Amino acid sequence: MATVAFRNIDKQFGSNVVLHDLNLDVHDGEFLVLLGPSGCGKTTALRMVAGLETPSSGEILIGDQVVNDVAPRHRDVAMVFQSYALYPHLSVGRNIEFPLRQQDLSADERKRKINEAAEMLGLSDLLDRKPRQLSGGQRQRVALARAIVRDPLCFLMDEPLSNLDATLRTQTRADIVRLQQRLGTTTLFVTHDQVEAMTMGHRIAVLHEGSLQQVGTPTELYEDPANAFVASFVGNPGMSLLAATASNGSIAVEGTATAWSGPVSEGSITIGVRPDGVAIRSSGIPAVCVGLEVLGAEVHVLADVGTSRLVISQPAHAPRPKLGDPIEVELLTQPLIFDATTGARQS
Amino acid sequence: MSAKRSARVREATLGYALILPALLLVTVFVLYPFFRNFSLFLYHAPPYPGLPSKWAGLSQMWETVSSTSFQQGLEATLLYTVLVVPIGVLLGLVFAVAAHQKLKGMAIYRTIFATTAVSSVAVAAVVFGTFMNPVFGLLPWLGIDPNPSVLQNPTWAMFAMAVIGLWQFVGLSFILFSAGLQSLPEEVLEAAKIDGAGAVRSFFQITVPLLSPTIFYVFTVGTIAAMFTFGQMDLLVGPGGASFVRVNTLAYQIYQYAVTTPNPGVAACISIALFILTATITFLNFRFLERRVNYAT
Repeated sequence: MATVAFRNIDKQFGSNVVLHDLNLDVHDGEFLVLLGPSGCGKTTALRMVAGLETPSSGEILIGDQVVNDVAPRHRDVAMVFQSYALYPHLSVGRNIEFPLRQQDLSADERKRKINEAAEMLGLSDLLDRKPRQLSGGQRQRVALARAIVRDPLCFLMDEPLSNLDATLRTQTRADIVRLQQRLGTTTLFVTHDQVEAMTMGHRIAVLHEGSLQQVGTPTELYEDPANAFVASFVGNPGMSLLAATASNGSIAVEGTATAWSGPVSEGSITIGVRPDGVAIRSSGIPAVCVGLEVLGAEVHVLADVGTSRLVISQPAHAPRPKLGDPIEVELLTQPLIFDATTGARQS
Repeated sequence: MSAKRSARVREATLGYALILPALLLVTVFVLYPFFRNFSLFLYHAPPYPGLPSKWAGLSQMWETVSSTSFQQGLEATLLYTVLVVPIGVLLGLVFAVAAHQKLKGMAIYRTIFATTAVSSVAVAAVVFGTFMNPVFGLLPWLGIDPNPSVLQNPTWAMFAMAVIGLWQFVGLSFILFSAGLQSLPEEVLEAAKIDGAGAVRSFFQITVPLLSPTIFYVFTVGTIAAMFTFGQMDLLVGPGGASFVRVNTLAYQIYQYAVTTPNPGVAACISIALFILTATITFLNFRFLERRVNYAT
């Protein structure tokens, strides 16, 4: 186990800036999720820890050692790829054994470790099969077994669940968390799925357009987002962002006449409202129902408020408006206020 | 119903019309000569053109394959194949791996290598004929007096032919291996790096097994092509050459009996024998080498 640190990391591919001044510490034994949309630089960051990419500037540290110039095979990290990257010509057993064969271990020692890893991941009966004879979930477990068998300093996981179907994904999510808790190995997990991030990570680092937006526990990110991007990206669905104007201490959502008071600077702002922080009432901010998403226990009502889109979460048994119905909504909690231009949090 | 049927007839007619040119070419240049062989080898050629051919049955085939020239031709053909194919496969693979590195100017390097595959045997013969010239070639330039010249030396002539064949075959082998390398899954090679494999281990334990379908293909295609080679033998040595017997491959004998001193019956016998030999080697390739091929990538 070890800490992992990014120090002032910049990465460019030609003129394309992929990561900008990334500073991030992953604690010893921590499960840290790198979360962000496609192209935000999260996989590049992970690949730099693996040694598959070199930083344009800055330092990567594993433990106390700067590893910028250390070859991937000498970094003692294990990686699980999105495609699993199993060796197609080797059996499951030989796949798991591959990293062990690169070390000077006796055949008995290798066999013991393979059996241990296979048992942990329920692969004991599949050791003689070839990867092409396995299901997606089984392949994923082989990739995990190959990673844990060498007892590395750090696990690097690049969207390992994205090729699984929804049911298997939920199950494997829990399996990976349990495995990480049991082994206590420092883990960097890359995903664009905020549900995975919220349910798996001790902490989440949110990246957007190559810049780190916020690092925190899932609860901190949900309740106290640093900016409008994090607010809208974290949560399912994310926070609704409404364009508004602040004047003389009162706030009015653009396109509506209703205003309320709030501690805010003058001018254009963005207000953030969680789906459970707003409800349909007989009087309040006027809106128009433009969509309904029935999820079983709850229903999401999509409503246009002025020029912005609002999501309202309500129990399935509550009366539902019809599409096109005018409705009125009331804020149940104090909304978050963001700068309209930079998205930075104001209050 | 009839409208549907006439549409189907129209579609089928168009289909046949489209394949007709290719079918004609294959029939005239491949199928007809192939089957014509089987009637030719049963007859002795007449002593003078215009006279009727004489039925020979299988005796002509037996006489041909048991003759000294056929034995020498078989020896020359197999020696040439053994000299060219394994080394050509190996060199093509080594050069393709070298050219697969992400370095500046690699595209030029790749192009240079690939050009040997598209150079005709006549071009290769001119280039290597100059190199091997006993007066102003490479050896005199190095201060060695080749007497007799490499091309006329019964010991070295076949090696000289193999060098030319190798030069051409490495280009093809290089192109096929380059394509094979580019289709390898990048993440699998990266996984091997992270799992602790150095460049050499990664090459032998991952790259080579994943390339095995390409290796098998290049080996098989190379073997078939080598067994039909005679261009450089004809252009650089010829029937008058002192080393002629050593480079007189079976394909070259077919050419001589079919074109130079026409004896279609014997030419047909040798071509059928060569066909059987090539088919057998190809079958053995499939039977024994293909077992080691891993098609799952």
